[in-house]
Amino acid sequence: MVTRRQFLMVGAGAAVLLTAAGMYQGIRERRVAAAGFAQGPLDERARQIVGALVPVMLAGALPAEPSRRVTVARVVDGVGEAVAGLGAAAQEELRQLFALLDLAPARVLLCGLWSPWPQAGEQDIARILERWRFSSLGLLRAAYAALHDLVLGAWYAREESWPAIGYPGPPEVA
Amino acid sequence: MIRDPVREGLAAGWRVIDASTLERAQDFEADVVIVGTGAGGGVSAEILAAAGLRVVLVEEGPLRSSSDFRMREAEAYPELYQESAARKTLDKAINILQGRCVGGSTTVNWTSSFRTPPATLAFWRARFGLADYTEEALAPWFRSMEERLGVHDWTVAPNANNGTLCRGGERLGIAVEGIRRNVRGCWNLGYCGLGCPTNAKQSMLVTTLPAALSRGAVLLTRLRAQRLLLRGDGVEALECVALGPDGIHPRDLRLRVHARHYVLAAGALGSPALLLRSAAPDPQGVVGARTFLHPVVISAAVMPERVAGFSGAPQSLYSDHFLERDPVDGPMGFKLEAPPLHPVLFATTLHGFGTNHTALMSEFPRTQVLLALLRDGFHPESAGGRVQLRDDGTPVLDYPLNRFFFDAARRALLAMAEIQFAAGAQRVTAVHERCPGWAGWRQARDGIAALPLEPHLLRVVSAHVMGGCAMGDDPRRSVVDGRGRHHGIGNLSVFDGSVFPTSLGANPQLSIYAMVARNVTLLARELGGTQEAPAAETAGG
Repeated sequence: MVTRRQFLMVGAGAAVLLTAAGMYQGIRERRVAAAGFAQGPLDERARQIVGALVPVMLAGALPAEPSRRVTVARVVDGVGEAVAGLGAAAQEELRQLFALLDLAPARVLLCGLWSPWPQAGEQDIARILERWRFSSLGLLRAAYAALHDLVLGAWYAREESWPAIGYPGPPEVA
Repeated sequence: MIRDPVREGLAAGWRVIDASTLERAQDFEADVVIVGTGAGGGVSAEILAAAGLRVVLVEEGPLRSSSDFRMREAEAYPELYQESAARKTLDKAINILQGRCVGGSTTVNWTSSFRTPPATLAFWRARFGLADYTEEALAPWFRSMEERLGVHDWTVAPNANNGTLCRGGERLGIAVEGIRRNVRGCWNLGYCGLGCPTNAKQSMLVTTLPAALSRGAVLLTRLRAQRLLLRGDGVEALECVALGPDGIHPRDLRLRVHARHYVLAAGALGSPALLLRSAAPDPQGVVGARTFLHPVVISAAVMPERVAGFSGAPQSLYSDHFLERDPVDGPMGFKLEAPPLHPVLFATTLHGFGTNHTALMSEFPRTQVLLALLRDGFHPESAGGRVQLRDDGTPVLDYPLNRFFFDAARRALLAMAEIQFAAGAQRVTAVHERCPGWAGWRQARDGIAALPLEPHLLRVVSAHVMGGCAMGDDPRRSVVDGRGRHHGIGNLSVFDGSVFPTSLGANPQLSIYAMVARNVTLLARELGGTQEAPAAETAGG
């Protein structure tokens, strides 16, 4: 059990980190804008984080190599498209979440992950997801739920996922 | 080739303006401006336009029609739903499905049509002073809207997803009845939630709105009603902001609509939010309070036979057994229904991830799902939620889930699992992060009793947002009177589900149609409408 004191400490830590991450994100966006790059719904670092989560969230559902890598990239694209369809406030919250997870201190504190996301093992990622899913912090449970919905939604929106679940796709009307 | 009445109307010269493409600000004038084009806005538009009044409709979402409805979740959710069907309450513990397109939720609902339950009306009369909300007084309005929208008994055999509810109920002595549907010439496809591709569903998109547009009403889409400009005890103008091409982020382009009368029909989050943004007088803090959801908990079963819950009319059977057992203001009762099963909706609703989730998904064609819709708002411990404004002015609902709710949720999970096992389920899974799934009723009963029911762990969803601009005879406890007229602002009415002072205990569309038909007919007369509205003729006034 997490004590109230621990809860408050982690809560305050997360709040400080969120604020710092927001500032950090702001600075980075200005740099990106200055460099003339389009700012898509998921930037490269967010894509790396999502890309690390996808094979774990979708364990048992993805095709084997060599097509696996391409499929993961497409699901990450799908997550980006889904984020772009959310309300402005939800988009901003997700930006902050990814910015936060991209900060090494937050990665260690909130995820217990010492290596950068692309190098994290699948077991480590699974452990992080389990930790958030059952966290005493509503913030982390909600973050888990958001990533769950984004990744699973992006995959099962894709026609290539349908044969394995016996879904014939929509009928023809004409 | 399926006819598309919307594209035909556009070709015939309907006045529809997509504000995301407007090059410069332009003001509009009307007898009545209506904010929102869903159940309330659609009915209002038809009746006001038929009475010869000049109508302008303001809609935040896009205009889409049957030619666009390709039954693909990847397209339908971002195009047709609020926040891509991922709208959340403040603590993100409840996911809300609400339409956001021309036709509002009626474009994407599952066609279930119920009159307001008598127990709900009796409660409103007793507690909110709504003396003329009787079954008798409303019956002609229900009849006329049922006629208008093709509401009728659905005599086609239920799909297996609904049939399971019937079979399990029969074995346990639980009464299961048929749901009436607002469809004409329905193909029984099962894709109502993604926009009807055959125009069988008699949504506002293909009924009342075309009628109003054909009479010269003006429809402004991708335009957000920002605030009412108030002067004295009246509204002077409606200020709107155009949305960008993504339909989400506002552009730097504002326009005003001037009208004699202002109708809010933006739904139970949108209407209170517009009043809050307008700083309308609200000394008792009633605006946005008591917002209800019929919070839904979910039970998924694997059946021995093929269910194919993606196919066939999504909702055709229901049970009110657990609504009628206790008094309306006793322990929270619940209505049982079945949902359509489509891959994205099911996969995102289902808890867990990785191989466990994949294994559950591999049973998709044999999966049967029941929903329990909890009737909130009748007991003192069920006060609903409160609409708040974010920094950018958009609404968010703070709806805390308390012990009173979780008590009912546990009873609902038990009831659904028992019915599913009685119908022959091989396995039942309560949609809860800690649920391992159970192979028999006894195991499930013990397992559900032990589940820790907490926000986020228990999956809670809603497709029925109600309240927030409650009607009643006491201005200290309500926002509008029984006719939907604002208590303090003379030329302002609220005509949507936000006026319900509690939830309904039934899917809301038909209640909105009928009550709005009555109230807007009264308004049309008051504004000196020249022609009788069709609804009023059939209803005999």
